[in-house]
Amino acid sequence: MSTVTVESTTHHQEHGDAHQEHHHHETFITKYVFSQDHKTIAKQFLVTGIIWAIIGGLFSVIFRLQLGNPESTYPWLEDLLGHWAKGGKLQPEFYYALVTMHGTILVFFVLTAGLSGTFANFLIPLQIGARDMASPMLNMLSYWFFFLASVIMMSSLFVQTGPASGGWTIYPPLSALGEASMGSKIGMDLWLISMAMFIVSSLLGGLNYITTILNMRTKGMSMTRMPLTVWALFFTAVLGVLSFPVLLSGAILLLFDRNLGTSFYLSDIVVAGKILPNEGGSAILFQHLFWFLGHPEVYIILLPAMGMSSEILSVNSRKPIFGYMAMVASLFAITILAFLVWAHHMFVTGLNPFLGSVFVLLTLLIAVPSAIKVFNWLTTLWRGNIRFTPAMLFAIGFVSLFISGGLTGIFLGNSALDIHLHDTYFVIAHFHIVMGVASFFGMFAGVYHWYPKMFGRYLNNTLAYIHFWVTIIGAYLIFWPMHYEGLAGMPRRYYDFSNWESFKMFGGLNEFISVVALVVFAVQILFVINFFYSIWKGRKVKDQNPWEANTLEWTTPIRPGHGNWPGDIPEVHRWPYDYSKDGKDFIPQDVPVGADESKH
Amino acid sequence: MKDFYFIAIVVIIFIVIFQIAKASEYVSILKGEAKTKKQNNKINGFLLISFLVLGLIGAWYCNELYYGKTLFTQGSASVEGEKIDLMLYITIGVTGTVFVITQVLLFWFSFKYQEKEGKKAFYFPHNNKLELLWTTVPAIFLTILIVFGLKFWFKVTSDAPKDAVLVEITGHQFAWDMRYPGKDGKLGKKNYKLYNQPSGNTLAVDFEDPESWDDLHTTEMHLPVGKPVKLVINAMDVIHDVGLSHFRLKMDAVPGIPTTMWFTPKYTTVDMKKRTGNPNFVYEISCDQMCGKGHFSMRGVIVVETEEEYNKWIASQKPEYFTLFPEKNPIKEPTTDSSSTKPLAQVATATN
Repeated sequence: MSTVTVESTTHHQEHGDAHQEHHHHETFITKYVFSQDHKTIAKQFLVTGIIWAIIGGLFSVIFRLQLGNPESTYPWLEDLLGHWAKGGKLQPEFYYALVTMHGTILVFFVLTAGLSGTFANFLIPLQIGARDMASPMLNMLSYWFFFLASVIMMSSLFVQTGPASGGWTIYPPLSALGEASMGSKIGMDLWLISMAMFIVSSLLGGLNYITTILNMRTKGMSMTRMPLTVWALFFTAVLGVLSFPVLLSGAILLLFDRNLGTSFYLSDIVVAGKILPNEGGSAILFQHLFWFLGHPEVYIILLPAMGMSSEILSVNSRKPIFGYMAMVASLFAITILAFLVWAHHMFVTGLNPFLGSVFVLLTLLIAVPSAIKVFNWLTTLWRGNIRFTPAMLFAIGFVSLFISGGLTGIFLGNSALDIHLHDTYFVIAHFHIVMGVASFFGMFAGVYHWYPKMFGRYLNNTLAYIHFWVTIIGAYLIFWPMHYEGLAGMPRRYYDFSNWESFKMFGGLNEFISVVALVVFAVQILFVINFFYSIWKGRKVKDQNPWEANTLEWTTPIRPGHGNWPGDIPEVHRWPYDYSKDGKDFIPQDVPVGADESKH
Repeated sequence: MKDFYFIAIVVIIFIVIFQIAKASEYVSILKGEAKTKKQNNKINGFLLISFLVLGLIGAWYCNELYYGKTLFTQGSASVEGEKIDLMLYITIGVTGTVFVITQVLLFWFSFKYQEKEGKKAFYFPHNNKLELLWTTVPAIFLTILIVFGLKFWFKVTSDAPKDAVLVEITGHQFAWDMRYPGKDGKLGKKNYKLYNQPSGNTLAVDFEDPESWDDLHTTEMHLPVGKPVKLVINAMDVIHDVGLSHFRLKMDAVPGIPTTMWFTPKYTTVDMKKRTGNPNFVYEISCDQMCGKGHFSMRGVIVVETEEEYNKWIASQKPEYFTLFPEKNPIKEPTTDSSSTKPLAQVATATN
């Protein structure tokens, strides 16, 4: 194994050096558009992700207007959206389209492509000491398939019958029958085709990440010397490669049901007064296929955030991450369990109770590796020497949110409680905190931490601190009270609660949540302004290693070219977490082990 | 014009914040970066600990405000739901403790171990005893939760008692329909291809089946208090979900795959009005599975009443068969009470 690594590395080194020599011949197109440099591709993913995040966030603000003030009308909404907001009031159909697109965009386009697309591309070669990905060409294609998926998804917003509106989980028969909903007409086909492109992108990316990590580590970089970010990105890629194809097959069968008259998911249906000929299919089959991806998907979103937070917590505590092997093992355990828990989304579909009990057991088992991670993070902070960089604050915020959202998972994973809480606001609160906001915090931490490496400049610190504090306070103000709405049984995806005796008492709370959501969204815009402004006008980075970190990316020049290291790739002599060892503040990975150095 | 002002104010606020942020960057360069970093560290450390304190107070305040609205103060309206409430309290007890401990440690450590000059972090890469501790302790607590959870789960999802009142509920875009089996205690067969809007056979009942002749079709669900009820759940078009938050239960309605659920109502609607102090109280069926544009308005009503009232209500309903085929109804005026079996037999021979 090790000889193979060395050989492939040297081979690649030559190849990479050759690259270095002629890379100034590159045109604008090959350098910035159809670039094969992993760092540029990472930035492309990041910028596309940010654009999607603004759109997805804006959608949530618009539908929160309706939830907060179901009685009010907003004439400017009609100017903006035309007949979707007749009389300045969002129409239910469009409300559902917004909810659906908000989910789809945030889950897939932002927190999958935007998060792991960005950081897997950026960090894997830099942190394992490789000149580029195993296949820069496939890597480029991965981005452009994502771009194509984005264009198709975006175009579905402009078709006459509107985009998909059956929820991001697109359960058939609702999503299969154009008669059942406007959003299940052409918008749904576009959704499915876009997702197929997205899955191709994700597979090309994932295979590349796995191959690169397994084959292209620099000399001395054994698997157990890899930073936890790389481990997390590795498991993320494994999850994606093994589960996305299942969603692809589910989506293709749904396309067949919609357009070719098959009955995979359809049986015994009378819709809009029309008796359909389909018999023998199962609507529940789709849910199995969907959640076989859908559950690993939440870990695809979460693991990179965990990995980056681990790294950032360690660097800024000036302490090694506590229990490195336990952290890797718990990532591995989460990866395995992620494949075995999908049916906990289906406790109330009429699932066999015994089967349900197996899924309860496996689901709650995930709490064990999660607990290990939390306690290890806490111990990493213990007796550290902590620097509150914006990245560090977001990493601490990530841990806080992961605890809060993770614990409510123990409620929902227990089927007896899920009977009451399923599809209520409790679920919304749970998954927004643990996978939405927490992963966003991981992503923000990553952006603040590696921005100097990406652009050679710093983000504005004051704006970063404002961004952090408003976001964490806002996130808790928005989602914490939602648990109470959920305990009262208030269902998700309701356009208006005012006719419900059981739920209308939360009107005031809904209005409050909407106001906070608006403020939090405004602050994200502040972050976006900071992000783009600083690319050109930010304070220049003068230190090669501004955070005094051990990992290899900080041994590259401040603005690394294609190929990353101008000379030889550094050789690795130690794990990446030698902070405060033997009285030294930090010892980078490429420093040879001294004769009198103590073992860890 | 109001909107314009609003937008203008927001833009101005943005510009002001942005300018301040830019200025602060210059100030930090003038002051020396090391000094600014130290200052930032102090401020953020203080903010983190304040966030913890205010956050915990906020969580308590939020509980004061909203716990009373969560239905849990009323208690479960079904006997089976009591188990679910108990499960909730056990889970809140366990997770609440963990929540407070871990959040306090997180923010306290952050505050306490903030960077100080001359201080060195403690090199502490691993400790197997500690890892073992926080593997086994959570595992033990989770085992407790799993054991209780599964006990309740198997209880709630067990087969309904034989004497349970049978009601069929069918969801369609965007309303609920009920069917009661009538005196024979059996629901007539259904075949979705027999759906016929003009004739009124909207539930696609097979009226060739004699068991369907005494079935009642209603839009409101009436249930007797204190008796187990078994719901047979159907959907005509897309997936719906029978959500009974007061009874702490829900079950999907899937086209082509009937599901079931059973429970025992504890309080009549009238009782609940008194218990909640809300004269408008009503048991509502919410659709809890996204089903299209009218999803939010797919509301059903359950009236829980005494057995006497329930029987009276049942007796006042006319079988759907006679509504759809008035010519088959042997009783022109429903006065006699001895006509329960006879007309059915006559009808049976008539169709044969």
